[in-house]
Amino acid sequence: MDDLIIDFITETKESIEELDLDLVNLEKNPNDKDLLGKIFRLMHTIKGTCGFLSLPRLEKVAHHAENVLGRFRDGDLEVTAGYVTLIFESIDQIKFIVAEIEETGKEPEGGDAELIAKLDAAYEGKDVSGDASAVGESTSTPEEIVEESTEEKNIVINVQEKSLAPGEATMDELEAAFANAPGMEGIVNPADLASEDAKEEKPKPKKKKKKSKKAAAKKGDEKGSEPKKVPQKTLRVAVDVLEDLMAMVSELVLTRNQLLQIARTQGETEFSTPLQRLNHVVSELQEGVMATRMQPIGNAWAKLPRIIRDLSLELDKKIDFVMTGQETELDRQVLELIQDPLTHMVRNSGDHGIELPSDRVAAGKDETGTISLDAFHEGGHIIIKISDDGKGLAEDKIKTKILENGLATEEELEEMSSQQIQQFIFHAGLSTAEKVTSVSGRGVGMDVVRTNIEKIGGSIDLKSTEGKGSTFTIKIPLTLAIVSALIVEAENERFAIPQLSVRELVMISNHGDNRIEYIKGTPLFRLRDRLLPLVSLGSILGLSDKNTFDKVSETSNDPQNSDIRDKKDDGAEDKNLYLVIAQVGGYDFGIIVDRVFDTEEIVVKPVAQMLKDLTLFSGNTILGDGSVIMILDPNGIANATGNISAADDQEALQKAAIHTDNSTQKTSLLLFKVGGETLKAVPLSLVSRLENIKSNDVECSSGQMTVQYRGTLMPLTPFDSSVHIEDSEEKPVLVFADNDNSMGIIVDKIIDIIEEYVDIKLQSSQAGLLGSAIINGQATDVVDIAYFLKNIDQNWFKDSSNTPFVSEDEEDEEEDEYRKNSKGFKKRILLVDDSPFFRNMLTPLLSMAGYDVTTLEKPEDALKMCDDGVEFDIIISDIEMPDMDGFEFAEHIKDEDSKWHDTPLVALSSHATPKDIERGLKVGFNNYVAKFDRDTLLNTLSNMLVKAD
Amino acid sequence: MQNEATKSNGSKDYLTIMIDNQTFGIPVLQVQDVLREQEVTRIPLASPEVAGSLNLRGRIVTAIDVRRRLGLSDRENGDISMSVVVEHKNELFSLIIDSVGDVLSLKNTNFEKTPGTLEQTWRDISSGIFQLQDNLLVVMDVSALLENINHAKNKLRL
Repeated sequence: MDDLIIDFITETKESIEELDLDLVNLEKNPNDKDLLGKIFRLMHTIKGTCGFLSLPRLEKVAHHAENVLGRFRDGDLEVTAGYVTLIFESIDQIKFIVAEIEETGKEPEGGDAELIAKLDAAYEGKDVSGDASAVGESTSTPEEIVEESTEEKNIVINVQEKSLAPGEATMDELEAAFANAPGMEGIVNPADLASEDAKEEKPKPKKKKKKSKKAAAKKGDEKGSEPKKVPQKTLRVAVDVLEDLMAMVSELVLTRNQLLQIARTQGETEFSTPLQRLNHVVSELQEGVMATRMQPIGNAWAKLPRIIRDLSLELDKKIDFVMTGQETELDRQVLELIQDPLTHMVRNSGDHGIELPSDRVAAGKDETGTISLDAFHEGGHIIIKISDDGKGLAEDKIKTKILENGLATEEELEEMSSQQIQQFIFHAGLSTAEKVTSVSGRGVGMDVVRTNIEKIGGSIDLKSTEGKGSTFTIKIPLTLAIVSALIVEAENERFAIPQLSVRELVMISNHGDNRIEYIKGTPLFRLRDRLLPLVSLGSILGLSDKNTFDKVSETSNDPQNSDIRDKKDDGAEDKNLYLVIAQVGGYDFGIIVDRVFDTEEIVVKPVAQMLKDLTLFSGNTILGDGSVIMILDPNGIANATGNISAADDQEALQKAAIHTDNSTQKTSLLLFKVGGETLKAVPLSLVSRLENIKSNDVECSSGQMTVQYRGTLMPLTPFDSSVHIEDSEEKPVLVFADNDNSMGIIVDKIIDIIEEYVDIKLQSSQAGLLGSAIINGQATDVVDIAYFLKNIDQNWFKDSSNTPFVSEDEEDEEEDEYRKNSKGFKKRILLVDDSPFFRNMLTPLLSMAGYDVTTLEKPEDALKMCDDGVEFDIIISDIEMPDMDGFEFAEHIKDEDSKWHDTPLVALSSHATPKDIERGLKVGFNNYVAKFDRDTLLNTLSNMLVKAD
Repeated sequence: MQNEATKSNGSKDYLTIMIDNQTFGIPVLQVQDVLREQEVTRIPLASPEVAGSLNLRGRIVTAIDVRRRLGLSDRENGDISMSVVVEHKNELFSLIIDSVGDVLSLKNTNFEKTPGTLEQTWRDISSGIFQLQDNLLVVMDVSALLENINHAKNKLRL
């Protein structure tokens, strides 16, 4: 029999057995919604699976029963005793058919027209019991039938339960009888018929069955033989039991390691032999317990061919799906965690990767694309490769997206290798699919994929050639419980680095080829043809004030020499260092350590709560010698080196360290000058581009300065009256853009871009300025861009003419309220807005007002945070958002069960019509503020927080 | 917590510890272990109060240098130290102190509130003062001692 069918039968039987217990309760309480829902789901599952396995008879029964149950569940139809009987009948019929399938491998002959007719009647709300009496042979009144039959049912259920228990006397008899029976077929057919009869004799189908059961020894009833049919090769064990076992074995392994360590120093003793034995037994035990958790990866792939098939139909593509290595086994826990990411990625390959047949032919490729999925073991890891021969990643599109989202500047992009650019697809909000299909393209996904894979200590890498296809390589550990780690030493402290992220080890010396080179004090290493950035473990951990390469570079860094220099051996630095080449998500870097010890199997234990936000560590463990050692987190180190992950960093921080104080974050600021000497600053993230514009290009239309810019007219405004554009003079212009709108502010001179902590010292009364801050030791005006946006273009954000909802009374009183926040405990604000522009604009504004701001692009992410128990003092949400809009978001938040039920919610919208406001208040927004109106927003926030306190 | 160790005669047992010649008391029921000087593994980037971590019978224990927590000068090299192991929020902590004295049974009649004139840090971690015959005993509030360890100061050294 097909494996799938066996699984299906096992599962269905289990579910029905479970239901049997509950059914008695249904009798007592016919309108128990939970129970009805449970039966409904069972029917639904059966129906769905049957369609897949082509079991039409079972499917039909389940389908009709589902219809009826659906109505019960929704409360459309009251469940009367008659209906209860009907439910019982349906379940029995399903049991019967399932038993048949189990026995013969196919559905029994015959139909269930009667039952279905009754179900349909019930569906229409007719009294089934009446129907039943008309159909059935019995002449008793409907009530009697119901009572009688239900009573019977209870007994039958009991009988069945009993018969399922092993070791029952009747069972033995049955078995004996069965063994003696001449042949299977001979027995089955009459039994088949008998039960077929039983079904027709409604409403008392079970009576006969019961009888037949009593006479089972003779007849070899199919029900009686049921428990023997599924060979008990497997045993279902609660996952918890396995987890506990695994945890215990992990501890045992550690203890064993400790013992071995001691034994090594003791030489030959009487313990040596038993220890050897213990060593072997523990290893085997470990393997054994691991094996109980191992499952072939094919289990996680089972759904994929179907998904690809549907996808190819939907998108009119021709796709071959090739899977190899299904039998590769990995830990159940890991398997579960990679299932969704895998599905997502395969889907992506089909949707984004493979082109339409016509495009493929045009590109000189075979009409049919191929997606291949491969899994194999490699050095304690599982490697999963997903490759397609589609169009590959379009680098230009990624670049455009990166710029749109302000993840990097054009200059930065130019410096990046194509691999680095490709890595950006793992960044939140970056989907290059041109249109959103039902399949993908909503800009979620790859970031989630990466997060999930990294969560289990894995890594994901990507190689793509435009026009040729892409290959994703996922590397995951075999198991999460015990990891192998490399023990290294820096500044006399030992640390563990998970072996998974270690690619190779290089010994470096001051002479010879393997040496560290410096560019302006920054150490680099040539590994074959690649240049790797290096970090010194000692200095990144703050163990050495002067890190190793500093010492070296200082001694050799006399000013006459060029910046690029080789390290010179000065005798004092004659010790050898080691480089641990680590890889995190396709980013390679070297970690300089003083010594490398061996690898050891370790059990990762979480660090104490108070050490949780040391992001350089992923945990700690006890080594074989009994000492405690910190486990380094390569992701954390990569972040600290500030490479590609720099962009992710901020998001990661926002996500992970909600409770950390965001005001200590540096902000990139663009410094410029207008008129006088005072520097002006604007958060760089708000500025889309810097342009130089000639005065000749500036035109005046209806009193507004404009310039032709990228095919459209862009409004311009001088920063203030002191800015004049003389003839044919070039002036720098800060370009701000959101969606299709853009505008420019003319300034006198761009000074610099710097990273600084922004702390506004003085509030400004001058329009257009947020206030003054000390930046680079100089007093600097921080510009309120929103003011300009509002002034320059009444249509910017569509709604500037709307009066803000919140009245401005009490303003005086509350004026300084938000400033107070910056002193005491910071209020935490969650800002949900799909537009990066607004997020970037409001974040500094709110932080400057003394709030601790967390921004999210999607309400879905916010709800996830809510579920995770993250708390905020106030939530600000945009209304117009894709997927889930603000109204829906509010409904979720204000739901009775939501943890944020009591958190004040402010709508921030660009379309605040009275109707919208009304709707907003109805769904639970406590207030409504127009998007650009910073004063009202800040006042509203402080007002609400005061009230909430 | 307060009532656990209260005996019928209204007295409570305290383990006395010495730090910089000041006597402290920890409710004896909170004490899991008393250890001699232990080898600890330093935890880089953690706040100065966190002396490191150590292995106590297979469990990882975070060691807190109480002197630093109280803003006192570090022990001189060569001075011995001892540790008192306490549990806080399901995690074990080893409080490194100078020495451990006797267990005293102290009557509540001799108990006073922490004087407001005490230094803020000390006020925070003290739940009261007992008047002993020769000296004063500061009752240590272990939770408060462990709660407010703040590692942010050190975090930006990267």
